[in-house]
Amino acid sequence: MALAGLVVLLALVPLAFVAASTVGTGWDEARRLLLRPRVGELLANTVRLVLGAVVASAVIGTAAAWLVERTDLPGRRVWTALLVAPLAVPAFVNSYGWVSLTARVEGYGGAVLICTLSYFPLVFLPVAATLRGLDPALEETAASLGLGRVRVLRRVVLPQLRPALLGGSLLVSLHLLAEFGALQMLRFPTFTTAIYDQYRSSFNGPAATALAAVLVLLCLLLLVGEQRARGDRRLAKVGSGATRATVRHRLQRWTAPALAATTALTVLSLGVPVASLGYWLATGSSTSFPVAALASATATTLGLGAGAAAVTVLAALPVAYLAVRHPRLATVLLERGTYTANALPGIVVALALVTVAIRWVQPAYQTTALLVTAYVIMFLPRGVVSARAALAQAPSLLDDVSASLGTSPLQTFRRVTLPLIAPGLASGAALVFIAASTELTATLLLSPIGTRTLATAFWSSSSSVAYGEAAPYAALMILVSIPATYLLTRQARRSARA
Amino acid sequence: MTSVAIRGLALSFGEHRVLTGVDLDVAASSTTAVLGPSGCGKTTLLRLIAGFLAPDAGTIHLGGELVADATSSRPTARRRVGYVPQEGALFPHLDVAANIAFGLARARRRSGDRVADLLELLGLSPALATRYPHELSGGQQQRVAVARALAPDPAVVLLDEPFSSLDSGLRADTGRAVLQALRATGATAVLVTHDQDEALSLADQVALMRGGRIAQVGTPRQIYQAPVDRAVAEFVGEAVMLPAMVADGAATCALGLVGVQGPATPGAASVMIRPEQLRLGRSQGARLVGRVLDVAYHGHDASVRLRLATHPGEDVDVVARVDGATAPSPGDLVGVSVQGPARVV
Repeated sequence: MALAGLVVLLALVPLAFVAASTVGTGWDEARRLLLRPRVGELLANTVRLVLGAVVASAVIGTAAAWLVERTDLPGRRVWTALLVAPLAVPAFVNSYGWVSLTARVEGYGGAVLICTLSYFPLVFLPVAATLRGLDPALEETAASLGLGRVRVLRRVVLPQLRPALLGGSLLVSLHLLAEFGALQMLRFPTFTTAIYDQYRSSFNGPAATALAAVLVLLCLLLLVGEQRARGDRRLAKVGSGATRATVRHRLQRWTAPALAATTALTVLSLGVPVASLGYWLATGSSTSFPVAALASATATTLGLGAGAAAVTVLAALPVAYLAVRHPRLATVLLERGTYTANALPGIVVALALVTVAIRWVQPAYQTTALLVTAYVIMFLPRGVVSARAALAQAPSLLDDVSASLGTSPLQTFRRVTLPLIAPGLASGAALVFIAASTELTATLLLSPIGTRTLATAFWSSSSSVAYGEAAPYAALMILVSIPATYLLTRQARRSARA
Repeated sequence: MTSVAIRGLALSFGEHRVLTGVDLDVAASSTTAVLGPSGCGKTTLLRLIAGFLAPDAGTIHLGGELVADATSSRPTARRRVGYVPQEGALFPHLDVAANIAFGLARARRRSGDRVADLLELLGLSPALATRYPHELSGGQQQRVAVARALAPDPAVVLLDEPFSSLDSGLRADTGRAVLQALRATGATAVLVTHDQDEALSLADQVALMRGGRIAQVGTPRQIYQAPVDRAVAEFVGEAVMLPAMVADGAATCALGLVGVQGPATPGAASVMIRPEQLRLGRSQGARLVGRVLDVAYHGHDASVRLRLATHPGEDVDVVARVDGATAPSPGDLVGVSVQGPARVV
C-alpha cells in the first residue's frame, strides 16, 4: 500500500507542479500571459488540428477495420499487419519522410494528413478487435426483425463500436495534444510546440507554465468528455453461449475499389516515409554512417528504454495488485491517480521535472535517473493497464487452491501468480520500451549533456535540414520498434478473443 | 473416529449473520453433503473449514486438532485440507501432471508415480498427464482438480459444488468417479451442493442447511423419508402434503386411513407422502378414485397430477409418480392407493 502510494505521488508531481505554479503566478499575471492574440491562435490551431485529425482517423480507422473484419477483402491478414504497421514509425519520422520530399505539406492540411496517417491505427485496432468480438447473433436477430443491411450497421453495429471508437479517438486526441516533433517539422504551431519554444528561448518562466496549464486543462477536458460520452451503459453480451464466426459481406464488384483504398492508405502511411527514408539512406548527399555515433545512440536508446520498461512495470505492479485484489475506494483512487499521466503531454512532465529538480533536488538535474523518472511517469498508465490485465489471468481462487495444498503465500506468488502474470508484464514492458525508445519531447529537455538517443540525434540532424544524416537514426528507430508493435497487435487480438 | 468436528460456529459479514450456531460432525472416511438453497451459508461453512475465513464464534477441529476458534485461526496452508472449487480452477500454466503434483514435496513431485496412481484412480487416461487444462473437457478438469486435492493425503477434502458446471449426463458419471476415488483412498469429504439428487446419491450423511443454520443431519434415507419439517421435505424431493386427523398410529386424510410412521401426537396434523407412494390402478372397484389433470412425462417415469373425487366441492390435488410406460392420460379416471406409511411433519 505504501509502495503504491509512493508511485502515485510521483505520478502526480507534474499535475501538482502545474497547479501550484499556476496559482503562484497569480490571476492578473496569468491573464496577461494567456489573453494574448498569440494564445488564441495557438488554441485555434490546436483545436482544429485535433478535430480534423480525429475525425479523419475515426472514419479511416473504422472503415479499414470493417473492410478487414467484415468483408471478404483478399489478403486480410496482410492488410491487418500493414494497417497497424504505421505505429512502428514515429510521427516525427513520418513527417520527416514527407517534408523532406516536398515542403508543400507544411501547414494545417499537411499536419492533419500526416497526423492522421500516423495515428489512425489507434482507432483501427480497438474497432477491429470489437468487430471481431461482436456476437453475429445480434446482427442476425436485427435482420430477422426486418432491418436492412445499412440499418443493421447503423442501429446495431455502430452503437456497439462506440466505446472502441471513443477510446481510440481519445487516444488520438491525447497524442495530438502531446505531439511535438511532427508539428514542429511541419511548422504548424500548437500549444506543445509553443511551450517548447518558450522554454528554449526563456528557460522556463511563467509563460511556458501558463501555456502548459491550458494544455493540461484541454487534456483533462478530453478525458472527462470521453467518460461522459461513454456513460455507464453496459454493452457486454447478455447471456453466455458460444459465438459463431461472422458471415462476411461479399464485396464482389466493390473488391477492386476496396483494394485500391487500402493500398492507397498503406502507400501514404507507410510507403512514403519508408521510401523517403530509403531514398535518403541510398542517395542523400549528406548521408553518412558514423558507425560509432550510431552504435552509441542505439546503445543509449536501448539502455534507457529497457531501464524505463523495468522500472515502470515494477512501479505499476503494486498499484494494479491493490486495485485488482483489494478493490476499495482508496485503492481504486490510487489506480486512477496513475492515469492522470495520460493527460500529461511529455512536454509538461519534462517541464515539471526540470523545475522541481532545479529548485528542490539540484543533484538530480541533468541525470539519467531524472529522465527515466519522466518516462516512468509518462508511461505508467501503460504499465498499470498491462499489469491489471495480467493479474486478471491469476484469479485469487488459484491462491486459495494453492494454500489448501499447503503452499505459503510467498511460494504461491512464485509458483502460481508470477508465472501467470509474467507474459502480461512482459508485454507491458515492451509497450513502455517502444514508447520510451522513440520518445522525443521529454528526452530533448531532460537528457543529460552528452546523452544522445536515436530520437534526439535524429532530431538534431533533421531540424538542421541534414535529411541524409538523420536517415540512419530513423531507420534504427523503426527497427527497434517493430518487435514491440508486433506484440501490441497480438495483444489487441487476444483481448478481443477474451 | 471423527475427522471434522464443528461446534457452535457463527459468522457475520457486518450486520448480516451468515452462520448461526452450526454443529456438524463428519466421520473419518465418509462423505457428508451440505445441502441447501443458494445463500443458505453452505459455501461460507466450507470456506471456514478451509481457513479462507475465520469464525466469530465456535470451534473447528480437524482430525482431532483445534484449527479455528473465535480468537485464532490456523492458516489454510497448514490445515491439510484438499479444496476443489466449483470451476476446478486448475493452474492454467501447468500441465495435468504438474497440477496434480503441485501440493507434493519437491522430491515426490519429480518421481511422478503418485500422479500416475491418481490419474488411474480418477479413471483418467495416462496420456492426459502432459495436457494443459484448456485442452481438457469440463468433466476431465473436475477429475484432475479432485486428483490434485487428494495427492497430498489431506485430512479432509472440501468440494464446493464441484459438478454444478457440468452437463447433467456428465455430472452423474463424474460424481460417481469422484466418489469411488474418495472411497478408495479412505478420504473424508465434505461436499457442498444445492442439488438434492447429488447429495442423496453420493453422500453417506446429508446436512441440510437453511438460513445459516443446520436444519437436519442424517443419512440420505432419513432425510428423504423422515424430514423434520415441511421445508426439508419439499427441498429433498416432491411431497404431497395433506391435512389429517391422527389417532392410534394412523391418519385420516383425503387419501383415507393411512399408517403413520414416527412420533405422532393425536389430533389435527399435517402429513407428508412421497409421490411414488401413490399407486394408480383401474377405477372400477377402487376405494379411492381420482381424475387425471395433467401428466409430465419424463420417459423413465411420469408425474401425474390428479384431483381426488372424495368430497364434492372440496377439491384435493395430489401428485403421483408412476412408471413412464403405464402413465394414464389427462381426463382418465384412475383408482388411487397408498403404499407405506405417511409422516407427520
